[in-house]
This record gives sequence, C-alpha cells and structure tokens, in this order.
Amino acid sequence: MATVSVRQALKSFGTTRILHGVDVEIADGEFVVLVGPSGCGKSTLLRMIAGLENITGGEIAIGGRVVNNVPPKDRDIAMVFQNYALYPHMTVRQNMAFSMKLAKAPANIMEEEVQRAAKILGLDALLDRYPRQLSGGQRQRVAMGRAIVRHPQVFLFDEPLSNLDAKLRVQMRSEIKELQQRLATTTIYVTHDQIEAMTMADQIVVMNGGRIEQAGAPLALYDRPANLFVAGFIGSPAMNLLPGRVADGGFRTDGGALLPMPPGGPAQAATYGIRPEHLSLAEDGVEGTIVLVEPTGSETQVTLRIGETLLTGAFRERVKGRPGDSLRVMPDLSVVHLFGPDGARLSG
Amino acid sequence: MSATTAAPVWTKMRPKQGALTRLFDWKPFLAFICLLPAIGLLMTFLTYPLGLGIYLAFTDTTIGRSGIWVGLENFIWLADDPIFWNAVFYSVFYTAVATVGKFALGLWLALLLNQHLPMKSLLRAIILLPWIVPTVLSAIAFWWIYDPQFSIISYLFVDVLGVRDTNIDFINTAWPARWSLIAANIWRGIPFVAISLLAGLQTISPSLYEAALLDGASGWQRFRHITFPMLLPILAIVMTFSIIFTFTDFQLVYAITRGGPVNSTHLLATLAFQRGIPGGQLGEGAAIAVSMIPFLVFATLFSYFGLARRKWQQGEGND
Repeated sequence: MATVSVRQALKSFGTTRILHGVDVEIADGEFVVLVGPSGCGKSTLLRMIAGLENITGGEIAIGGRVVNNVPPKDRDIAMVFQNYALYPHMTVRQNMAFSMKLAKAPANIMEEEVQRAAKILGLDALLDRYPRQLSGGQRQRVAMGRAIVRHPQVFLFDEPLSNLDAKLRVQMRSEIKELQQRLATTTIYVTHDQIEAMTMADQIVVMNGGRIEQAGAPLALYDRPANLFVAGFIGSPAMNLLPGRVADGGFRTDGGALLPMPPGGPAQAATYGIRPEHLSLAEDGVEGTIVLVEPTGSETQVTLRIGETLLTGAFRERVKGRPGDSLRVMPDLSVVHLFGPDGARLSG
Repeated sequence: MSATTAAPVWTKMRPKQGALTRLFDWKPFLAFICLLPAIGLLMTFLTYPLGLGIYLAFTDTTIGRSGIWVGLENFIWLADDPIFWNAVFYSVFYTAVATVGKFALGLWLALLLNQHLPMKSLLRAIILLPWIVPTVLSAIAFWWIYDPQFSIISYLFVDVLGVRDTNIDFINTAWPARWSLIAANIWRGIPFVAISLLAGLQTISPSLYEAALLDGASGWQRFRHITFPMLLPILAIVMTFSIIFTFTDFQLVYAITRGGPVNSTHLLATLAFQRGIPGGQLGEGAAIAVSMIPFLVFATLFSYFGLARRKWQQGEGND
C-alpha cells in the first residue's frame, strides 16, 4: 500500500499535448476514480502511472519514490485492462500464476496464492479453464485475480466494466468496491461513466481536455461543482444549465424564462444551474409546457418548455400531465448553482 | 388526392413455376450445377495428371512409345539406383536445412518489421521483392553470383578485400553446390515466411504484451510465453506450405546446376524431369515423381495435426 503523487505531469505525443500539467495526490488505501469524456487524457495518465507511457514532463511518485524512469515491473503495481488482456493460451491458474512464475516463485507458494485469490473471487471451480470458456464477468474476475496475487502497492483499473452488460456492470461495480475495501489497497480507476465514479470513489478527479476540472469527494462534486463542466458532467439526469442574466427581479434565461434568484445571489451570474431533482411541483412556481414525460417507476422525469428554454425536472410524485399540458415547478433556491461568464462557480 | 378514391385492391399472385424453375430450385441439382466448374477444373488439371503420372510409374513408357504395365519394376530398379537415393537424401536435406533457415530468418525479420520503424510499409514492400521476382530470373541471378569466374562474391573477397587468392568454388563440387542452392532457396523463401508470420504477429493484442510487461516479463520471456505460443497455429500452416514448396522445388536447382555436378544436387523433381523428358524414360521419371508422394503425405499430416485447433482456441465447450 502506498501513496501516489502526480505532480505537474505533462504528456505529448509528437507535437500534440495530451496532458497539460496534472496534479493528483492520492492517499494510502484511497479509491480514486479518474473520470471524464473520451480523449480527456485519463487513460493516458493511468498508463503513465503504470509505466506503459513515458512521462514527457513533471513527476510521478509511488510510495514516495519517483518512478519516472522505473520500468513497469519494478513499480509494484498491478493493472486490469479494459479488454482484460488475459493470456488466451493459458488456463485461469496459469494466467494468475504467470507473474509469480516469471519471478521464479516456489510451486507451493504459487498454488497457495492462486487458491487464495480464487477463493476471494469465487473462481475455485474455473481454475483449469481457458479464458475462451469464461463469461465476461468471470474473465473480469480472473483479470482481478491476476492483480491480487501480486500484492501490489497500487491497483490500476482501465475502464474494466465497459465490456460488460448493464446488469453485470452494476454487480461487478459493487464487487470491485467491496474487494478494495477488504484489501485496503490504493486504487486508481479510470472510467467515463460518472455513475461508476460516484458510487465507487473516495475521491473523484474530473478531467477534461488534458486538465483537471475538479477533484474531491463524490458528494462534494455533486453539491458544489466548481465549474460548468463538472456541473454538467456529474449527476444523472444532468443538471439544467441555463445561460442568461440577472434581470427583472430574477434570472432571465436567454430563452425568455424568468427564474427566481436565491437571496443575495451574485449579479454577474451568467448561467443558472438547477438539478432536475431539485425542482418541485408548486402552485406558485414557474409555468411551463410539458414536452416529454419519462416515468422510470421510482421517479418521473418531465421536460418542460418555458419560453424557448427547456428545463428537465425529476419528481418523486407521479406526474399526471401529458405533452402540451402546463405544469408549474419551483426550484429549491438553496441548491441553485450560479456560474459567472467564465464558467466558474459564483454562489457559495 | 383524396383518401376516398381508394387504391385498387391488389393481391399478390403466386406465379406458376415452370419445370426449369423448379429444377433450379431443387437443392441437390443446384449444388451439382454450382460445383460443376470447380469439379471440371480439378479433374482436368489435378486428378487426370496425377492419375496419369501414377499409371505411368507402373509402365515402361518412353517418349514416342506407349509402354506396357510392368508393375513395380521401375521402383525395384530405382531402389538399386544410387543416384535416386542421392536425390532422396538431397531432397530431405535441402528441405530440412532450407526450412530451418527460412523460418529462423523469416521469424526474425517478421519480429523486426512488427516494431515501430520509420518507413515501415516501404520496408515491407522491399522484403517481398525476392518472392515477386520470377524464380527463374532470380535463379539466373544466383547463377551469376555463383559463377566460377565472374562471381561478385569472389570479386569482393579476392579483388576488393584481398582476403583470398583464388575465386570461391560455389557450384562445381558437390557439397559447396548443395549449400549454395540451399542459400538461394532460403533467400527466395524468406519473404513468404516473414510476411505470413508478420500477419500472425499483428493479430496478437498489444495489451497482452503490456500485461506481460507489468507481470515482469523480459523481452525474451514475452517472446517465449506470449508471441511464440500465440503464433504457433499460423507457424504450423506456413511451415507446411513451405515444406511442400521446398520439397517439390524444381526451378532453382534446374536453372542453376541442372542437378550437377555429377548428379550431386538432384532433387526428386529435377531427377524425375531429367529421366523422363530429356532422358525419354517417362515411366521411370513418373516413378521418381510418385516416390515423392509419401513425403508429401507426411507433410500434410504434419499440418493436419499441427493445425488441429488447440484447446485454448476452442469456443465455449468446456471439457
């Protein structure tokens, strides 16, 4: 177990700069999720920590030791790949034992370690199978088993669930988190799925365009997004982000809707953010026309048109309305997010 | 247009089928018709010559005189023929050494070309050159390279480097001639091996190498535990083809040495031709050609078992 520090990490492929000076501090035993849209540099950063990509600038330290020029095998890390990268010509047992075999570990130790990992992951019955004979979830577990047997200081996961179907993904998500809590090994996990990030992480690092937009605990990011990007990225359904200006005793959106301002709200606000779940049905609320009703059972998502502005709300109540009907909704003023013209958060 | 002027009612009539249509819809007939061109070609150009060759091997046919059935006489006679046994020996030796050489160098080249090199595609194209050139042309080039008087290699060693006083004897005594032909065959065969194996190498997922790198594998260990086992199926196919091509080689040897000096470099194919066509003994030539069949069957069996899908390649079925 170890801390991981990334300081001013730079990465360029030729003249194309992928990472523009990234800083991340990861505490011992912490579960950190790097999240962001495709091409934001999160996988590149993970591969730099693994040693699969060299570091153009800055430094990366694992357990206090700068590893910029340390080859991958000496970094004491284990990685789970998106496609699992299981050796197809080796059985599950051989796959898990491969690193120990290369290290010339004695046979009885190897078998012990494999058995221990297999027990943790429920792979006991599958040890003599080949990867081809396994389901996606089982392959995923073998990939984790291969990481576990090495007792690494850091686990690295590169979008490990993206090849699984939705139900299995939810199940494996809990398994990975549970496993990490049991082993208490520092873990860095890359995903583009903000739900995965929210549910699993101790700390989320939101990346975009090779920079870190915000880092912090999941709920801190949810409650106080630092800028428009994080506000739009974290949370599902996504936050309503309505450009406009403070006028007429409230916030006038570019689409013409007039929304109430929180008391003492900054006058230079240029974007009004409200999460769908923070809208409630209210007789004295803002009137809009229903465009779309999407019931999910536990809640109902309704898209409203107010002037030219579209606003999505998520309500616990069963909304009876049909498209074309009018509906009155009220934002919870204590959780309105206001952003300045530069996209940075204004309100407290 | 108003909706009341309703569209005319239209019912699809199933057209009556003629006898010919029904015949072509009859699957066994259709399959036979579709196979006919292929069967015709194979019968004409494969089965007939092969059958004729085998038949001739049991006759004493010569050019200009159809022979009579003589049973195993040709083979019995060949069994006592040292030149025949020399050709058997050289065919096996030639195939074995050339195959080892081609695969060692071809695999090495494929591994090199699989790296990120500048001008990779140009290099790959250049590698293919020896294979594109017609064999007879390259054989003539080698004939010159091996020429006793004008050899460029001799020139290099004698006149340029000055490390030798006399020209090198490449093809005028038995063993140097044998090795020289093998060298020419290896040169010609490398591209086929290299390009085929390169295709195989490119199917191996790079993430396997990354996983192995993290597992602590050195370069040699990555080759030994990842590349080689994953390449084995394609290696078996390519090797089978290579063995068959090499064992039945004719052009290189015939163009460079014609089996000489003193019959020392005859392969079975060149000896069969020598006896059958210039020598006129069609029956005996055919018998020599037929005696290649057991070796080729062996090579094919090798491919059959070598290619048999390994367990790890198989699909879902478990045990």
